[in-house]
Amino acid sequence: MSHGTEAPAGADFEPTTWTGSARRKWMRTLPPEKMLPEHQPSYVASWIYVFGMLTIVAMIVAIVSGVVITLGGVQWFHESSTGKFFNSTHYWSVQLFFLFMVVHLWGKYWMAAWRGKRALTWATGVLAFLTAVGVGFTGYVITTNFNAQWIAFEAKDVMNAVGVGAVFNVTNLGQMVTFHVAPLPLVLVVIVAAHVLLVRKHGVVPPIDAIDHDAVAPAAETETSEVAS
Amino acid sequence: MNLLAISLDQPATYWQLGDSWILVSVPNFIMIVIMLALFVLALVLPFPGGKDEV
Repeated sequence: MSHGTEAPAGADFEPTTWTGSARRKWMRTLPPEKMLPEHQPSYVASWIYVFGMLTIVAMIVAIVSGVVITLGGVQWFHESSTGKFFNSTHYWSVQLFFLFMVVHLWGKYWMAAWRGKRALTWATGVLAFLTAVGVGFTGYVITTNFNAQWIAFEAKDVMNAVGVGAVFNVTNLGQMVTFHVAPLPLVLVVIVAAHVLLVRKHGVVPPIDAIDHDAVAPAAETETSEVAS
Repeated sequence: MNLLAISLDQPATYWQLGDSWILVSVPNFIMIVIMLALFVLALVLPFPGGKDEV
């Protein structure tokens, strides 16, 4: 297995396998210095650039607390003080997730963040937002209280109106729990991961009035052409 | 111990602008105000460490 380790950069070799081809393509698209950069452009030193990562942190807290209460069970997180703590942590981390995500969206919208070949980054952000709404919605309808019943019975008319009520029955508690804890969070994590990788590939979007000197990170001169809008 | 000045265990109060379609619950309105405030503060507050090195 020596042919796979002879090229230090990981990209300067002729692959003979699909794994080798995939590796070379990956290394060309996202070399380590792009994947885990040492420096960022100077304009990143602004609070508005913090909200994307805050959104991800809130999502991680929501996922971890969600896994904990799922493993603990309904009786545990409704009755024990520790369970209630994790239940509340799950709820409030979701509130913060959406709050941070909306501020992130506003910041990127007014920055026209789709500039510089970043259309796919923007599109995956839109998809992540819509998927998160689905995760949040299924979370609300499984809280087994009057609020959940109200939301579910309002939403069932919407689902029936668009023709998916037969297969996506929002009044079916078991189905909503399944959607909330397995497929939808997985899809969300995959989309967010793609979103972050695209940000790494193209770099964070510069402010509209950024000058070229600002737009170039000290250790990423190769990014110059991609920063230009 | 109840740390909240406002009870969250009851239906929310709604605000409506006259007889118009503009209708918002107080909790949602508060969240919108917080988001707008965060957005403005994120633009105007200086970032620790300045802009020399990131």
